[in-house]
Amino acid sequence: MFDLFTYGFVVRGMEAGVIVALIAPLIGIFLVLRRYSLIADTLAHASLAGVALGFLLNINPIISALGVTVASSLGIERLRNTKHVYGESALALFLSGSLALATILLSLGKGFNSNLFNYLFGSIVTVTQADVYMILALAVIVAVAIACFYKELVYISFDEESARVSGIPVNRINMLLIVLSAFTIALAIPIIGVLLIAALIVIPVVTALQLRGSFTQTLLWAEIISVTSVLTGIVVSFYFDLSTGGTIVALMLAICLAIFSLKSRA
Amino acid sequence: MSVTSMADTVVDHKTNIIEIEHVSFSYGTTEVLHDVSLSVHRGDYLAIVGGNGSGKTTLIKIILGLLQPSSGSIKLFGEDVAAFKDRWKIGYVSQKATDFDLSFPATVEEVVQMGRFGRHGLLGRINEEDRSATRRALEHVDMWQYRDRLIGDLSGGQQQRAFIARALAGEPEVVFLDEPTVGVEQQVKDEFYALLRKMNQDLRLTVVLITHDIERMGHEAMHVACLDHTLFFHRSVDDYFKSTHTLIHPHS
Repeated sequence: MFDLFTYGFVVRGMEAGVIVALIAPLIGIFLVLRRYSLIADTLAHASLAGVALGFLLNINPIISALGVTVASSLGIERLRNTKHVYGESALALFLSGSLALATILLSLGKGFNSNLFNYLFGSIVTVTQADVYMILALAVIVAVAIACFYKELVYISFDEESARVSGIPVNRINMLLIVLSAFTIALAIPIIGVLLIAALIVIPVVTALQLRGSFTQTLLWAEIISVTSVLTGIVVSFYFDLSTGGTIVALMLAICLAIFSLKSRA
Repeated sequence: MSVTSMADTVVDHKTNIIEIEHVSFSYGTTEVLHDVSLSVHRGDYLAIVGGNGSGKTTLIKIILGLLQPSSGSIKLFGEDVAAFKDRWKIGYVSQKATDFDLSFPATVEEVVQMGRFGRHGLLGRINEEDRSATRRALEHVDMWQYRDRLIGDLSGGQQQRAFIARALAGEPEVVFLDEPTVGVEQQVKDEFYALLRKMNQDLRLTVVLITHDIERMGHEAMHVACLDHTLFFHRSVDDYFKSTHTLIHPHS
């Protein structure tokens, strides 16, 4: 059973996977409760343009994805604040626009190849040791920022107006949350893939919310569901030769459905 | 401004907590507030009454700095509202407070503790003093036994008390409440008004209440400000009822 740990790439995949699994719900809980879930999906599509840029310029796609995703996150928040377009239209503009840009960059860089599939759907095979360090560095930044502004994020998620009255700089904290989402997406790309990142951020939180606990308990449950699904998903995908990202997300959905049906029976 | 004898016992007439001078506000071309001036002393209990769309909520939002007036000035504790930093001195129970997402994962204690956040800077952490202030606030509204319940699982009246506890947890000097009795039963209303009296008289809190409940204010508030885009009455409660009496029964 444990022969899989003799493969270096599996160990690297597990390391990166656990880091990603721990970080995703930290951001996810605030995005879901603020009805911002679609931002994760939009930024994931923007990250694909970043990956394509990385292929074209021959730089690490995580770095280029980080740049493009952070720039998009700032653009989205700015467009939403101008109130020239509805909030979700701003997301649609960025989602389709960045996908168009990604396809153009990919065709320019002859990027439509098997390597692209690893970034679209995730693969532990392609995770290098340098990727693991980069993922760890990004994760530390996100975790420290969330820890520093945790109480403000909780207050704003629950009652934005009262948070403003109590002197919390709501606009700046909102901006911070979106930039941190961009960081989380960039760091999750190698393992889970561009197309499935949003699921990793959203599903564990949605599942944990069904358990009706306190805020802290909900976050803890989301972490447990996330880490369990990612580790199990990596092992299952290794033995059955399946897509890592797809397997992880399918497991998360299975847990979600199981809890839904247990709740409806209770 | 004339003042009732009850007010004399607790109101400090020398200290203005809120000073509003010639405030006007428009949404686009529609003027919602016109030349409103008002002051509230420390220890006062002011009811701002008026019909739907009379500008009550807009006025509160301007006082709290959530909206910018088109003209005029607002001072909180002697400071211009834009420069006012001691936000913990203000407790706020918004109109939308009980209209939150019922599935939000937070216990009553977690919600009330949010009232302490204004006392800390951005990087401040919750400490023992915050926990005991949260407990005192919950005990004050008689909700300590519900601390571990999810806020969405409580009744409307209990949620309202929890939100008042959140406003009290920061140990403020003035509490603003925006129409908190809309849609609640008579018994809950009675308990609510008793709680406000206790806050005003025992805790020496200044209370500013927005309400439709004009009749009730005769027995509750010390002062009444009637608003219909502009302030047309701002007096003690006794004067207010004498004048309404004259208006309704001019020959009596």
